[in-house]
Amino acid sequence: MTDNNDVTYEKIPAEKFAFVQENERLHDKELQTKARSFFADAMLRFRKNKSSVIASYILIFLILYAIFAPMISQYDIKDTDPRYVNYPPFSPAFANAGFLNGARKMDSQNDKAMDIWNGLGVETGMNPVIRTLDTHTTQVKQRGKLVTRTTYDIEVNMYYALGIIYYNFNYEQYEALQKWQNESGIQVIYPYVDAEKTNNSDNPNIWFELDRSGNAKKDKNGDFIPAYSTDAANAGAPYNSIRVKGDDGSLVYSKAKSGSVQCRICYYNYYIYLNGHEPSYLMGTNVMGMDLFCAIGVGARFSLIFAIIVSAINMTIGAIYGSIQGYYGGAIDMTLDRITDVLSGVPFVVVTTLFQLHLSRRVGVVPSFLFAFVLTGWIGMAALTRKQFYRFKSQEFVMAARTLGASDRRLMFKHIFPNAIGTIITSCALIIPGVINSETSMTYLGIVNLSSFAGTTIGTLLSQGNAAATTAPHAMLWPSVFLGLLMICFNLFGNGLRDAFNPTTRGVDD
Amino acid sequence: MIKYTLQRILYMFLVFMIITFMSFILIRMLPLPMLPPEDPHNIQVLRRREALGYNEPYLVQFWLFLKNIVTKWDWGLSETRLAYGQDVWQIFVGKLPATMIVNLYSIIWSIPVGVALGVIAALKKNTWVDYFLSTATMVVISVPSFVYAFLVQYIFCFKLHWFPFLMKGGTDYFSWDMFVSVIPPVLSLSFGVIAGFCRTTRAELTEVLTSEFMLLARTKGLTKAQATVRHALRNCFVVIVPGIFGEFIGILGGSLIIEGIFAVPGVGRLTLDAITALDYNIFMLSTCFYTAIGLAASLVVDISYGFIDPRIRMGSKK
Repeated sequence: MTDNNDVTYEKIPAEKFAFVQENERLHDKELQTKARSFFADAMLRFRKNKSSVIASYILIFLILYAIFAPMISQYDIKDTDPRYVNYPPFSPAFANAGFLNGARKMDSQNDKAMDIWNGLGVETGMNPVIRTLDTHTTQVKQRGKLVTRTTYDIEVNMYYALGIIYYNFNYEQYEALQKWQNESGIQVIYPYVDAEKTNNSDNPNIWFELDRSGNAKKDKNGDFIPAYSTDAANAGAPYNSIRVKGDDGSLVYSKAKSGSVQCRICYYNYYIYLNGHEPSYLMGTNVMGMDLFCAIGVGARFSLIFAIIVSAINMTIGAIYGSIQGYYGGAIDMTLDRITDVLSGVPFVVVTTLFQLHLSRRVGVVPSFLFAFVLTGWIGMAALTRKQFYRFKSQEFVMAARTLGASDRRLMFKHIFPNAIGTIITSCALIIPGVINSETSMTYLGIVNLSSFAGTTIGTLLSQGNAAATTAPHAMLWPSVFLGLLMICFNLFGNGLRDAFNPTTRGVDD
Repeated sequence: MIKYTLQRILYMFLVFMIITFMSFILIRMLPLPMLPPEDPHNIQVLRRREALGYNEPYLVQFWLFLKNIVTKWDWGLSETRLAYGQDVWQIFVGKLPATMIVNLYSIIWSIPVGVALGVIAALKKNTWVDYFLSTATMVVISVPSFVYAFLVQYIFCFKLHWFPFLMKGGTDYFSWDMFVSVIPPVLSLSFGVIAGFCRTTRAELTEVLTSEFMLLARTKGLTKAQATVRHALRNCFVVIVPGIFGEFIGILGGSLIIEGIFAVPGVGRLTLDAITALDYNIFMLSTCFYTAIGLAASLVVDISYGFIDPRIRMGSKK
């Protein structure tokens, strides 16, 4: 309105004006267009709102993700690997690509560490070093002489870098593993190392000879000199399977422990033996070793179902309560209002905590959490319904119905309530994100622990991720992204829906 | 107006007493925590329990609880490992400054920024500035606070090393080191406040700007700036100022989540610790405290509406 102030309406040429009608009559014309229903009209308005339409598509995608991701994933929520903890995203198909390669930055790796990384690549054929980011050289004084020290900042593939570990098997397991090796052609067991040649190092990744100061010895070509053990007297069990290159049968592949054998195994290959496939965590793993791709879906499933149930219950209670308040008014309204005043004054944390402490043993964690939401959640809905009832109850159609002898209940739920239903349903779309937000906060704070019931929740994932936010930011990032997108889209969608159903309130608080 | 105010205060007090009574009984119904074996404070705690009437009916217990508070301001002793045998009120008061300092800093800068952004968005309505601000506001309000707390902590503290990771310990609340270390929690708290004020201001101001008295003001010959500042802004402050008052009461409350992430030694964390450790006396005090703050904030908003805008005062319930 204010924008039009600058436009001058003087001197508009006469030919710009035209008669709307000259020889015909305007009224009494038949309506040419087809009548649109209220719902179709609302949908038309909704479709005009671009951001809400986009949000609803993203929302559908996120819901589909929650439904199908745990099904698609190779992992179950209970499949946790004790070694792949807080590991970055990795997929074997992308091991050499720029992403999904399990990369993590390692600062200040000296020559000894670099030897171990490179040695790992030589022995297992899986080189953990993706690239060298930076090289630092410093002059250090050692025993009166200036020595040049080089350190490297590198990016390593964490899945390859786990490399070789010591593992104890009993005889049957050892036999079975050898048999599997022969069938699949994947080498898991690597030769045992002679401790004397490696300076008694307890690092299983060192398979090459070390000198006194702990540096790797190199031969003329610059290759590592293997330090494999040939001590057949200490061998744990006979070995009849894949041997490393250059082994004439004299190398020993295990060491006797009481009742079992100790081997050096390549964990990546051992993982294939255990699970039948290579590790593939599209969003990495969290501190529990869960696959985040699956865990987020599992958590989101719970959040969504829970939020929908809570909203449905709150909507029902709120609608009935608000109808009674609004319809009868007067003393009943006042009394019921006092009750809502008291209930809405109780902080939500207190409600949740008390319900958990009192009821979780008796009826379970989830029902008591649900009760906490239901206790105060319906108040907003009741206020909304009450307002709608005040708006409609004095209108003529209600009076007419009453004159015809309609009962109070019939007036409330057959005549007034249907008029308010558009407002009520659309506000439900805005209640759901609120419930998800509170639910996530409570599980994040650990006031409610739903892990045993739902496997995990987004809030739990976030609090677990937050504990390792610096070393494994992905464990915090993905649940955050999911939750953020979900909340934004729900709110946009809800706003769009409200604007579409109540065009008069458009832009009041968006 | 005074009668109305007194009525409101009395009513709020009544509501507060009812909530306290309910929470008190629900907390006393819980099984008592085990006392740590062979702790020198045990005798004291047991004697106090006897004196507080733990074996009497709940109504008597509540009466004793109230009497102790009114006569001696005694909220009980901590009965768990959290602060065994210490006076609950003392612990609680010790935690207040940290919460208040964080919230105060956040409000002081975010309210002006929020209102200013809201004014800009309303004046540039339906331009890209408005669209950008509205979208940003919507995003910030939708996303839960721990998500941007994580972003702030990861980017500013970990990647850029601008601030320390956690809030500094100690009680030197106005030292420079302390100021630097509270910036991350303050930032994380501010986003929500800024977005909230931006949204309210924009909504109010756009409505006021299109009203008829604005047209009259322009017709009278005021420039757009004059009309906006003298007429539009004043009217939209009717809604904003009570919000500011409410926000200031809220500084005592703090945020459980932000305090947890940045290790702010405040009341939010104390409450959370009390819940995990099942320290009922601290929890009771926190409950009363949070209830009182919530009610006080709504009371202040209600009353200040009446003070600022006479029209609302006239329409108030007698």
